[in-house]
Amino acid sequence: MFDTVGVSRSLPAHLLAEPEPFDDLSTDTGPSGDGPPSTRALRSVAGPATVRSSLADMARRIRPTVLAVERSLPVVSALESVLPSGLRRGSTVGLSGVGARSLALALVARATQENSWVAVVGDGDLGLVAGVEAGVRPERLLVVEAPDPESWGSVVATFVGAVDLVMVAPVHRPSESELRRLAARCRERGSILLYLLRGAGFSGIGSLAAGRPDLSLSVVDATWEGSEAGPAGQVARLRCRRAEVVAEGRGMPPGGRRCEMLLPGPDGVPACL
Amino acid sequence: MTGLSEIPPPRILVVGCPDWPLVALGVDPAEPALVLSGGRVVATTPAARSFGVVRGQRRRDAQLAHPEVRVLERDVTREARSFEAVASALGSVTPWVEAHHPGRCAFGVRGPVRLFGGEAELVERTAEVVHKALVDLSGPDGRPNGGGTCRIGVADGMFAAVLAARMGGPAPREAVVVPPGGTPAFLAPLPVGLLSGDGCSPEGGGIPVARRNLVDVLGRLGLATMGAFAAVPTADVAGRFGAEGLAVHRLAAGLDDRPPGHRPAPPDLAVSTSFDPPVDRVDRAAFAARMLAESLHEGLSRRGMACTRVLVEVETGHGERLSRAWRDEGALGPAAVADRVRWQLEGWLHGPPAIRPTAPVVLLALVPDEVVPATGQQLGFWGGATAADEQAGRAAARVVGLLGPGAVRVPEWRGGRDPDDEFALVPFIPVDDGSAGERVKERGATSGRTGSVDEGPPWPGALPGPSPAAVHAVPVFVALRDAEGRPVVVDGRGNLSAPPHWLRVGGGREEEVAVWAGPWPVDERWWDPLRHRRRVRVQVVAEDGTARLLVLDVGRWRVAATYD
Repeated sequence: MFDTVGVSRSLPAHLLAEPEPFDDLSTDTGPSGDGPPSTRALRSVAGPATVRSSLADMARRIRPTVLAVERSLPVVSALESVLPSGLRRGSTVGLSGVGARSLALALVARATQENSWVAVVGDGDLGLVAGVEAGVRPERLLVVEAPDPESWGSVVATFVGAVDLVMVAPVHRPSESELRRLAARCRERGSILLYLLRGAGFSGIGSLAAGRPDLSLSVVDATWEGSEAGPAGQVARLRCRRAEVVAEGRGMPPGGRRCEMLLPGPDGVPACL
Repeated sequence: MTGLSEIPPPRILVVGCPDWPLVALGVDPAEPALVLSGGRVVATTPAARSFGVVRGQRRRDAQLAHPEVRVLERDVTREARSFEAVASALGSVTPWVEAHHPGRCAFGVRGPVRLFGGEAELVERTAEVVHKALVDLSGPDGRPNGGGTCRIGVADGMFAAVLAARMGGPAPREAVVVPPGGTPAFLAPLPVGLLSGDGCSPEGGGIPVARRNLVDVLGRLGLATMGAFAAVPTADVAGRFGAEGLAVHRLAAGLDDRPPGHRPAPPDLAVSTSFDPPVDRVDRAAFAARMLAESLHEGLSRRGMACTRVLVEVETGHGERLSRAWRDEGALGPAAVADRVRWQLEGWLHGPPAIRPTAPVVLLALVPDEVVPATGQQLGFWGGATAADEQAGRAAARVVGLLGPGAVRVPEWRGGRDPDDEFALVPFIPVDDGSAGERVKERGATSGRTGSVDEGPPWPGALPGPSPAAVHAVPVFVALRDAEGRPVVVDGRGNLSAPPHWLRVGGGREEEVAVWAGPWPVDERWWDPLRHRRRVRVQVVAEDGTARLLVLDVGRWRVAATYD
């Protein structure tokens, strides 16, 4: 549960050091021990070792610490098999493949339910109804039309640090230094940059090489399923999409994690298969 | 009763110009017209009011009340510029004019009343000066603007004076002058709802949300009038409602909302910046003003103070000095100060020649004129504005500053049959009272859908879910053909001529249709020949797995959305 790597990087040493609480507790076990009265009272009901261990246990529970869950944002249960510890704060995420938008909506859904804000820069086409169906709270969204390339960087940088999730879908090709700067700002401020890559024509990952995304998620083998198939390819409606989500990047096993899921499921919510 | 021994607040004269956003735009009051800001009505002409168009309505509701009403967009810059002419004309009555927002200003009665020999004379003279300024005010095309009237109210304390000005008729004949010491009696029969803000300041004024909520509670407690609330013992109010309650209680009792003790700010809190080369453009000066406002705010908050009145001063290359005081009921935040400076510069630099400085500006100074202890803000644990909401609101406001108004939008649920109808993106309005995050939430909270399930009445004919993740604002036309290569058309009953087999998107190559569903015909607003919309929707999955929503509208198929 503890994201030790993240913790050691972000916390001052004195918080990390395993505290040795209550070292001043008297250890002598003599019946006429001259420890403080409270210790004596405790000793009368439980052995000193039990007292110390229970106190240490309590100290462990109440000490200030940063849990991995605080350093990361939760994701919906269907995505937990590819992202067991959620989305790490301060990371950059690249999303690609047919269905990248559905995946992006599914990724932010849980965080918005936990009151995180999402800024969407340059994707005016994002389907809000689909987002709501996936569980996104619309009152947590801020939508900005694609700004011109000169101000794109400053607009995104304004949101990084101020909101938890920044979803960008640049229509232009941001420079490497700009992306590197944004990634550094994310790391420093704890926001997550979701980079929606355009279709196959955009060699997005290559252009992200400088600030290669910490995590790249792609949707592969997406097929829509209809209900009540009839003649000539007719169905009653499109019911769900079967797709495989592949997660690669930092902290992932070689070859990445894969999971087959319904993205979206019949009710719009992504579901695990 | 509250401190009977306390000295009543100073007598104040308030000059209010009703419907200022319309007057500034040069609209004839006899014409039904309204001014919109952020999709809501912010001002109406008397003619429009007589049809039931009121402030706070949505455009749609206002047009329902009066279909031919003229709809105008708000132009705050122009309001500020025109109002500066009025405020500077009042300089002949008293030098201590303080502006509240474009459309309202005030000054203390004590000095000028001796000059003119009585309050009645002062009111008469003030009305005369303002009328002259209003007549001189020219409309957009240079034609004189006779629409503006002014209201004048005199009372002990700013709050009562503002209400007096609102309740009176055209000055000077119907000006409301509350006799000295008569403020509590004047306020007593008025409803408590008036305590939650005067409702005529721009963007709802600096009234914190907490106060609006508090006043709401008072009404539900059965304290319908200010007199009833003022009769509640002060200690009980303080015990139940805290500092905010106390402030409102003081207002209702005819006192200033803060106990006396406004102190003049230490001079070192004033901030200034000099321009080299001198500037004559508002945007450049306003840019500097923004940073200046930030540093002013920082200096104040370091001492635990907030500013309720700020003096904007400029010095020009010819040594002219211009200054104007701006006041706000709530404390002025950095964005609010920056706005006021921009309005003021607009008024001076683009105003009528009589008040326009003869040389570019070399120095801009902000002097906090009246400071109060900052009460700070308690960040909520549950509900209310959290730090994250505040931060998001501030970032959004900054982006609006970068890209211009309307750049940041928030979803609002409207309902509809198509994925692009169901949510509308409405402009995010940065509110300068520091509760921007809260306001965003309020806006967002109006969206009826909060979960994955539908709430509210159903929309028959809506598409079945799941919904497409990409809804195209710009339509892409497609050719849809059947197996024989004939275009797929729809008959009068909404049936397809043949199953679709070939699909060509834009100028792309022909793709085979693997799976399709539909059609879902919709016939909307058939009773209205102008807005009648008839269309047929079909879901089509191409052989490469891309699923699209196609819409047949006025004889052409287009991609309305992609199931991305």
